[in-house]
Amino acid sequence: MTLSKFDYYGPKTVAEAVGLLGEIGEGAKVMAGGTDVLVRIRHRMLKPRAVVGLKRIEGLNGISCGPKRGLSVGATALLADVAAHRGIRRLYPGIAEAALGTANVQVRNMATLAGNLCNASPAADNAPTLLALNAELTIQGPGGERKRPLEGFFKGPGVTDLAPEEVVTAIFVPPPAERSGTAYLHLSARGKHDCTAVGVGVMLAMAGRKCRDARIFISACGPTPLRAPQAEQMLIGQVPTDKRMAEAGVRASGEALPICDIRASADYRCRVLGVLTRRALQAARDRAAKKG
Amino acid sequence: MKHEITLHVNGDEYPIAVDPWRTLNEVLREDLNLTGTKFGCGSGDCGACTVLVEGRSVNSCLTLAVEMDGREITTVEGLAPSGERLHPIQEAFVERGAIQCGFCTPGMELSALHLLEKNPKPTEAEIRSAISGNLCRCTGYNKIVEAVADAAGRMKPKK
Repeated sequence: MTLSKFDYYGPKTVAEAVGLLGEIGEGAKVMAGGTDVLVRIRHRMLKPRAVVGLKRIEGLNGISCGPKRGLSVGATALLADVAAHRGIRRLYPGIAEAALGTANVQVRNMATLAGNLCNASPAADNAPTLLALNAELTIQGPGGERKRPLEGFFKGPGVTDLAPEEVVTAIFVPPPAERSGTAYLHLSARGKHDCTAVGVGVMLAMAGRKCRDARIFISACGPTPLRAPQAEQMLIGQVPTDKRMAEAGVRASGEALPICDIRASADYRCRVLGVLTRRALQAARDRAAKKG
Repeated sequence: MKHEITLHVNGDEYPIAVDPWRTLNEVLREDLNLTGTKFGCGSGDCGACTVLVEGRSVNSCLTLAVEMDGREITTVEGLAPSGERLHPIQEAFVERGAIQCGFCTPGMELSALHLLEKNPKPTEAEIRSAISGNLCRCTGYNKIVEAVADAAGRMKPKK
């Protein structure tokens, strides 16, 4: 099936893109990598009057990463580049894992981190770890720039807090907390290449032998990525033994809101989520320990 | 409104006017008659439409032609430009029996090229990962993996 007809604009600056969105009005669609937008157009789930492509905006694909300045990923930076970035792999291994775990080689060579978030799939692989790490979005609109936490950005399947004339220009992740670790684990029907059926991203920060902070976010088990605050509370202030992590995993699966669909049954998702959460927590704890 | 663009495909320049909704896959196949690139699922799952853009493998079915203005594109036709001697990857595919119906072959070969350009001595796991975005519905994966490993040995190191 061919794509439905639309006009195409390739603005050279973010301001131009925002201006175009205002001029075109209803029916304008922002596109970064296109791996979601074009599939939705092909499947007639989306029929934009105009596509505003971001790829010609210079400098928007930058990645900057350091232990003091944190991580900043531009809106058109490719998932393949996020996954392969040395600094990200060292400082934020969970983010690199999630990017590498998204779709397949070709899609990662086209798709972007920002696009994965703005598409707002409940199964978005890159959301849970970024949420666990307190990521922040930089958003440009007609009134100028605003920043907001990623947490609360997702409003439902395919729905975000973004206004029609706004563009996400970058994702910022604060410097990793001392003695902290992250991990992302997911499962899908076929290997790891199919759309995620269950995913979990965690951040664990230690103080002495005890857990100082924990953040647990689940994907594909609710209308948006979900936080598991009760499971987090079971860990904070405690020694994170394997047993406690297994218990937190069970609690997290109780906090999920999974449905039965083509990818997995609700029951399967709950059972697997407990195990994945335990494993992700263990991996994050071991990484935190390595940092001394 | 049509957009005037220039595609650089396999070293040749093609000035062309394209409708903005047409994909690179459609323009390659229908306007440039480069039908070696296949169209499969249309959603980035099967990899039959794989081409290289600036050396990186992408799904041409999910790429707007208008966004390819001035970019270097390699299709399967570009692997053996002389038309006389096959590329080492193609030779290995033929000799190892890695081709059954052939529909996935162009995409597989370009994914192999994308891998071998970066990693001249891949492990089996790396090969399998590199072709994970290419489906072979004849399911002849083992021969394909063997062929890519064989091709690695045949390709001259770039220096």
